[in-house]
Amino acid sequence: MSNPLVEVKDLAKTFDVSAPWLNRVVERKPRQFVHAVDGVSFAIQRGKTLALVGESGCGKSTVARLLVGLYSPTRGSVQFDGKDTHGSTDKAQLRIMRRRMQMIFQDPYASLNPRWKVRDIVGEPLTEHGLVTDADELRNRVAELLLSVGLAAADVEKFPHQFSGGQRQRISIARALATQPEFLVCDEPTSALDVSVQAQVLNIMKDLQRQRGLTYLFISHNLAVVRHVSDQVGVMYLGRLVELADKAELFGQPRHPYTRMLLDAIPDIHMSGRARTPVQGEVPNPLSPPSGCAFHPRCPHANARCSQERPAFKAIKGITVACHAVEEGRI
Amino acid sequence: MSMTPLLEVRHLRVEFPSRRGTLLALDDISFSIAPGEVLGVVGESGAGKSLTGSAIIGLLDPPGRIAGGEILLAGQRIDNLPYEQMRAIRGRKIGAIFQDPLTSLNPLYTIGRQLIETIRTHLPVSDEQARARAIKLLQETGIPAAEQRIEQYPHQFSGGMRQRVVIALALAAEPQLIVADEPTTALDVSIQAQIISLIRRLCKEHGTAVMLVTHDMGVIAETCDRVAVMYAGRIVEVGPVGDVIHRPSHPYTVGLMGSIPAMDEDRERLLQIDGAMPRLDAVPKGCAFNPRCPQVFERCRHERPDLIDAGPTRAACWLVTDGQRRAA
Repeated sequence: MSNPLVEVKDLAKTFDVSAPWLNRVVERKPRQFVHAVDGVSFAIQRGKTLALVGESGCGKSTVARLLVGLYSPTRGSVQFDGKDTHGSTDKAQLRIMRRRMQMIFQDPYASLNPRWKVRDIVGEPLTEHGLVTDADELRNRVAELLLSVGLAAADVEKFPHQFSGGQRQRISIARALATQPEFLVCDEPTSALDVSVQAQVLNIMKDLQRQRGLTYLFISHNLAVVRHVSDQVGVMYLGRLVELADKAELFGQPRHPYTRMLLDAIPDIHMSGRARTPVQGEVPNPLSPPSGCAFHPRCPHANARCSQERPAFKAIKGITVACHAVEEGRI
Repeated sequence: MSMTPLLEVRHLRVEFPSRRGTLLALDDISFSIAPGEVLGVVGESGAGKSLTGSAIIGLLDPPGRIAGGEILLAGQRIDNLPYEQMRAIRGRKIGAIFQDPLTSLNPLYTIGRQLIETIRTHLPVSDEQARARAIKLLQETGIPAAEQRIEQYPHQFSGGMRQRVVIALALAAEPQLIVADEPTTALDVSIQAQIISLIRRLCKEHGTAVMLVTHDMGVIAETCDRVAVMYAGRIVEVGPVGDVIHRPSHPYTVGLMGSIPAMDEDRERLLQIDGAMPRLDAVPKGCAFNPRCPQVFERCRHERPDLIDAGPTRAACWLVTDGQRRAA
């Protein structure tokens, strides 16, 4: 196997959520930290899609932001094409690296500047990175980009409010593609859209991947969408990866009890009337995560070991999973 | 259905007067819900799903107004009632559950105070009785340690728990009908499943009818008995849930179903409906879906189809009557 384009090792991000200094002194409150991401490792091969799934607050979006450099990690490293994205202080090199990775955000109503015309929104990365020399070239490139995502070249004169949600998300994609990146981080790109529009956007993303050999990190809470777009899937729970496997493996034979639970919880339109087994309990408070395996209070297979010892994330029979029960062969 | 319908909506028409002319938001909507039945209403954003719900509970935002048709609850007209009378019905006979559980609860009052106030507004009970009932409702909706939690404020509850409180509020006066507008959209899938099974169970136990507005077909498939598909302010197809999902007649329903990524099959591309829902001020002539329809023909561009029998479902599409003739 060739070198992966993106390699993440033991990535962690801790946020300080302590009360203000005076309150800590007067009310004797301790400092508090949220371990939003805690020791996540994965690699994405060129031209492939890795999807991260999990419930709200499990740290998916924090991973996305760490990857593109919007946050700096507390621990661990992100390697892009063999180079560390955070260790380097060489500004010129970082700039080139940023050009090669771009991000698409969840809410196309919030991620586009309402006072800018489409021309400026899509053209900004081009001028910012000095990829065009004159106004004519800029105009041509912007028109090209819009056409590639199924919009019209004449749309450059419009403002974001003149577009529907799906069209706005296409503008975001055009903007992200402007610098001809190799790696796109997509943070819930379709969850704000209607299903029929979601299908349009997912189809465009797949077509672009085929044409340009793009590599995606795709973040979603919708398992059906994940199954449609991804090659590999990582399941996150309270800041940690609990299972990482090829798509067919993960959906065909989920190992981790949490993955099984998520799969059971999906409403399936082809099984109307089926009583689905509702997941028990809720995600615990990340400020005071349970001891041992964070999932043990909700897990039907938990035993004494699970509540004391945190399971290691290791390869068992071709998949990587963090679970005592799977390791011991109990399930 | 032999039973008399609990809710009957006949030719409902909702308009929004604006400076540039009147916008027709709902056009000739007719449907009924029997006691204990769950009717799902689906469609894309802007199809008029939520507006139908608001019209039924009498909470249309001005300048929106009911311009025609009638709404009957247990045989009695409720669309033309004065504000105070409608207020008495709302909560007592019709309960409402909205999408965002945080905004439907008052952050300054405890859960208990809000529940007790609602119960005492609608039922002739004492404070203690109302309190006991509130605790029972919270237990019924699956909130652990209800006696303690009743003293807490909304911010002390998680999203799923808040939605349970909202459901408890909607059930407080044992209404005959619940209008649930996207009750699970703001929740995670795992919590969504809990809330849906809760609504179904309560509905079965109390014999309450539910109008469930959502854009999630999976939720519809699991919860509903019948489904109405809306497009641009009209119902385009209505029928039993299995038939609408597996044997849809209207091309819009077909497209809607095909665009959902399925868990049990592999497709390289999803079926997509090109274009977008028309704006209210630019609804196309004839069938509103005709510019996006893959099977459009001449008649669709001029004449507007009404709901007609199309096998197991009822669909508003010329293909149903003219389809065979065209194929021949």
